[in-house]
Amino acid sequence: MACKGYLKEVTKGIIKENPVLCLVLGTCPTLAVTTAASNAIGMGLAATIVLIGSNAVVSALRKVIPDKVRIPAYITIIATFVTIVQMLVKAFAPAIDESLGIFLPLIVVNCIILGRAEMFASKNPVIPSMLDGLGMGIGFTAALLLMGSIRELLGAGTWFGMEIIPALNIVIFLLPPGGFFVFGMLIAFANKLNGGKTAKNAGGCASCPMKGSCTVLGKGDKSDD
Amino acid sequence: MIKGLVAVFLAAILTENYVLAKFLGICPFLGVSKKLNTAVGMSAAVTFVMVLATAVTYPIFMYLLVPAGLDYLQTIVFILVIAGLVQLVEIVLKKYMRVLYRSLGIYLPLITTNCAVLGVTMLVIEKSGEGYGFLHALINALGAGIGFLLAMVMFAGVRGKLETADIPKSLKGLPITLVAASLVSLSFLGFAGLVDNMLGLA
Repeated sequence: MACKGYLKEVTKGIIKENPVLCLVLGTCPTLAVTTAASNAIGMGLAATIVLIGSNAVVSALRKVIPDKVRIPAYITIIATFVTIVQMLVKAFAPAIDESLGIFLPLIVVNCIILGRAEMFASKNPVIPSMLDGLGMGIGFTAALLLMGSIRELLGAGTWFGMEIIPALNIVIFLLPPGGFFVFGMLIAFANKLNGGKTAKNAGGCASCPMKGSCTVLGKGDKSDD
Repeated sequence: MIKGLVAVFLAAILTENYVLAKFLGICPFLGVSKKLNTAVGMSAAVTFVMVLATAVTYPIFMYLLVPAGLDYLQTIVFILVIAGLVQLVEIVLKKYMRVLYRSLGIYLPLITTNCAVLGVTMLVIEKSGEGYGFLHALINALGAGIGFLLAMVMFAGVRGKLETADIPKSLKGLPITLVAASLVSLSFLGFAGLVDNMLGLA
């Protein structure tokens, strides 16, 4: 019974609550590093490690951290893990460090991680929180890999650096406009599969972890009436 | 010297636009660009925090972390400085400048997690070196903020048009917004090489 519940925590992040395609979190790295499939895997793995670690610590400390200062506390915990991952990547995979550049330290402000800390880890015990982190991490990696593969294949005709279709080199797919376009199309596709349920209101803000302390959305709605 | 500063400023706005060319700050770009007035308010707050954060983090890194050999703490120190700074600005505005607080204050809590702010402060450190000092860093931060404003305002206009358009069902909402963003960013590709040519630096 318990086993089944644990499995659910992992699998929900992969499809039903995919952080990128369904919750539309972490858009910046999704767009920026997916020019090649290998970058996508590197980014995904780094974020997964941070997610599991920060979820575990946030969950373990959930009764200690006062409610008022929880966001700064979460950010500190996340930043610690990001720094550790940054050092590991620099030491063991300098090529990935080179290609991810600024986006490796920017995992700190990736809304997926803060979002999971706020939405899940702060309310659940350690083991489910870690599994949630693992699932979300896998979902993030899968979405990045999908997007990286599409962009690399169309833009350079290669996949993980191997030549697949040499005739294809639509460079625009490697440039920023191509990133926006492919991402839009993938969300539209996910939308279609889910019967239009996802992403309808998730305009970046609706799923933002800072939503609670943010009055922009509420104000915008009021001026509508 | 002046020429270099102008080049840094224009490059940060046009060719290296943080939103459309570097993919930083996409969340507010998609989330808060529905209306022109909120787009302008958010961008003004972001610009303000970007310049202020750079003014604080640059000296901290150069004169505190590097001499002490603690530069690996960059990420953690910068994010804490930004979070603290945002909180401080909010308190000060609330107490002493009610008018400004009412127009900018509501955007401040969002800015801590805006990756463009952390991105600017970190990229500036990466670039620093010969002929790129504190002044360049500040000008770059200002340009980045204005570039953010430009992208937000342009995009708010595009989204206004989208409201009345007849869009296929699965593309409604976010997907069509992203396709529109793709076209806006395409237009920014046209600026490539412009700054260097204009100032005769190429």
